[in-house]
Amino acid sequence: MSMLDVKNLHVTAEGKEILKGLDLHVNPGEVHAIMGPNGSGKSTLARALSGHPQYAVTEGEVLFEGRDLLAMDPDERAREGVFMAFQYPVEIAGVINANFLKAALNAKRKHLGQPEFDAMEFLQLVREKSKLLEIEDSMLKRAVNEGFSGGEKKRNEIFHMALLEPKLAILDETDSGLDIDALKLVAAGVNAMRSPDRAFIVVTHYQRLLNYIVPDFVHVLSGGRIVKSGGKELALELEAKGYGWIDAA
Amino acid sequence: MTQVAEKPSVFGTALDRRPQGGPRWLEDLRARGAARFAALGIPTVRDEEWRFTNVTALGSIDFVPAEQISGAAERLHGFAYTDAPVRAVIVNGRFDTTLSRTKGLPPGVQVGSLAAALRDQADIVQRYFGQLADFTNRSFAALNTAFVQDGAFVYLPDGAVVDAPIHIVYVAGADGGLKVMAHPRTLVVAGANSQARIIESYIGAPDESYFTNAVSEIFVGDNAGIDHYKIQEESLEAYHIASLHAHTSRNSRFSSHSFTLGGRVVRNDVVAILDGEGGDCTLNGLYLADRERLVDNHTTIDHAKPHCGSHEVYKGILGGTSRAVFNGKIIVRQDAQKTDAKQTNRALLLTDGATINTKPQLEIFADDVKCTHGAAIGQLDEDAIFYLRARGLTYGEARDMLIHGFAAQVLEGVQVEPLREALEAELFEQLAKDLAEVDLAR
Repeated sequence: MSMLDVKNLHVTAEGKEILKGLDLHVNPGEVHAIMGPNGSGKSTLARALSGHPQYAVTEGEVLFEGRDLLAMDPDERAREGVFMAFQYPVEIAGVINANFLKAALNAKRKHLGQPEFDAMEFLQLVREKSKLLEIEDSMLKRAVNEGFSGGEKKRNEIFHMALLEPKLAILDETDSGLDIDALKLVAAGVNAMRSPDRAFIVVTHYQRLLNYIVPDFVHVLSGGRIVKSGGKELALELEAKGYGWIDAA
Repeated sequence: MTQVAEKPSVFGTALDRRPQGGPRWLEDLRARGAARFAALGIPTVRDEEWRFTNVTALGSIDFVPAEQISGAAERLHGFAYTDAPVRAVIVNGRFDTTLSRTKGLPPGVQVGSLAAALRDQADIVQRYFGQLADFTNRSFAALNTAFVQDGAFVYLPDGAVVDAPIHIVYVAGADGGLKVMAHPRTLVVAGANSQARIIESYIGAPDESYFTNAVSEIFVGDNAGIDHYKIQEESLEAYHIASLHAHTSRNSRFSSHSFTLGGRVVRNDVVAILDGEGGDCTLNGLYLADRERLVDNHTTIDHAKPHCGSHEVYKGILGGTSRAVFNGKIIVRQDAQKTDAKQTNRALLLTDGATINTKPQLEIFADDVKCTHGAAIGQLDEDAIFYLRARGLTYGEARDMLIHGFAAQVLEGVQVEPLREALEAELFEQLAKDLAEVDLAR
């Protein structure tokens, strides 16, 4: 069964149509990169799939493991296994990162009929997952994203993903604003999670990330549609030629 | 909304039934309080300090002076930390010896009845009593002074360190539906190098209608540290008007943590005078306003001497058609160089019907100072709600988490763990009810 089927997706934000009939098919185990110039609708796709209330689907359908994803609330999508790493992670005053993660993880486990983790079990899991991403204790004890550097915020997103173990992970420009060391850490975190059961949609403006997270497919988004698809070599071609030739083609 | 003050005949005949007796100076003080109240009357909304808080209706209520009530012990149940190991219980303004527990304190430390102190330690009480609660322009302080009879007295000799939190519990109530008014009075004198945590609770049965008019005075000696907690859990039908006056000395530390959970019409004045070099003052507050309630917090931090720091955080959560007022005055006197003052005021509006009037008021007469203030009023951040939902929390869970986070900064300042836990539990229980109503209206 396919993981995600996006058919003829039209999405409007602030009264303006951004996606104009997008099709995308993702199987378990695959990594799909979505590239495209600024304003092409890359982040709109990520946000629409995660259920952001400011992005209205006006036409089309999205099936997640054969079920109507668009009929689900954002939190239900998350508990069912769809994860989005935010382009701009939100700072949440007064809510401790670790407490939030425990609540999110247990919300998901409860939803799936699994026993909730107690404090000890949670701590053990955190220890295990925090190493690879070099998440310090202080980041867990601080309020979510509050006072985090840009790199810390992105690492924290991938750390959340590692704990929540989604079936489908959507990374919305996770590489933007990262220096090369942070980029490598984030990529290592993602690569460690690649598995035959899990799929990734990696939205990025730059080819650089794809040196570290090697995609199975690369799609070029322009004018609200996917205008070109190919293997990982397409990303290199885009890097060499820029986006100009896409529109011209 | 403007109403004309009706200065004559407020409270019916209650003013004629003022308490008598005690030392001569006290009789004089009461008489002066009564005269001043008669002259000032109840403030109206034309008074700048009461612009948004209309209490004129109080004057037409035929209050009776509070008497002893039955079942005082039972009335303590269900309120935060009323089972504290050290507690002074004052019922309708009278110290209750049987309910109070004041044993096992360090030598020389006194926690007890103000009336007894007026009798047995008149010289100490006279030196401090009424020195801070100036009633020249404060109607309700004048009224309280006119009715001084009993209350709580805490005395810490030099060097005394009290580990157990001292809980002063003011119980208000009326038998048989009478409308009573009580005038609780607290005097705390902390000697040099002394240290204590003092909690004042104001409690009343849920539906009883009464008027609490409290005045507290706290003197913090050189290098002494006093943490003060005020837990206001009055009946939701009660008027609660109170002023807390603190005076700090050289290198002393004073913190005030004010929690407003109850009362129909609430006015809290906090006035801290930083009167010694190197002093430090924290004024924090958290209030919950819901239904048709009104919560007004007026704070004044008076930097009178150099090298003092003050930190102020007031936060409010408003629901229903409630109204809130925050007025934060910071005075930096000419002499008070190197002052470092920071004030933050935030309010979270859960409904469209709730309103707040907020005003920072900085009066700076020194030139080498650091003063910052900020106010933020708003609804819950939709981006934050979406972020939490995108990780799997329901809308309700996300909202609760954000509100808890909002309150956390003030709650975390409570250094008495059982008190903090009880407060958290009560705050969020009350919030849950308010939010259920918000959901119904959605």
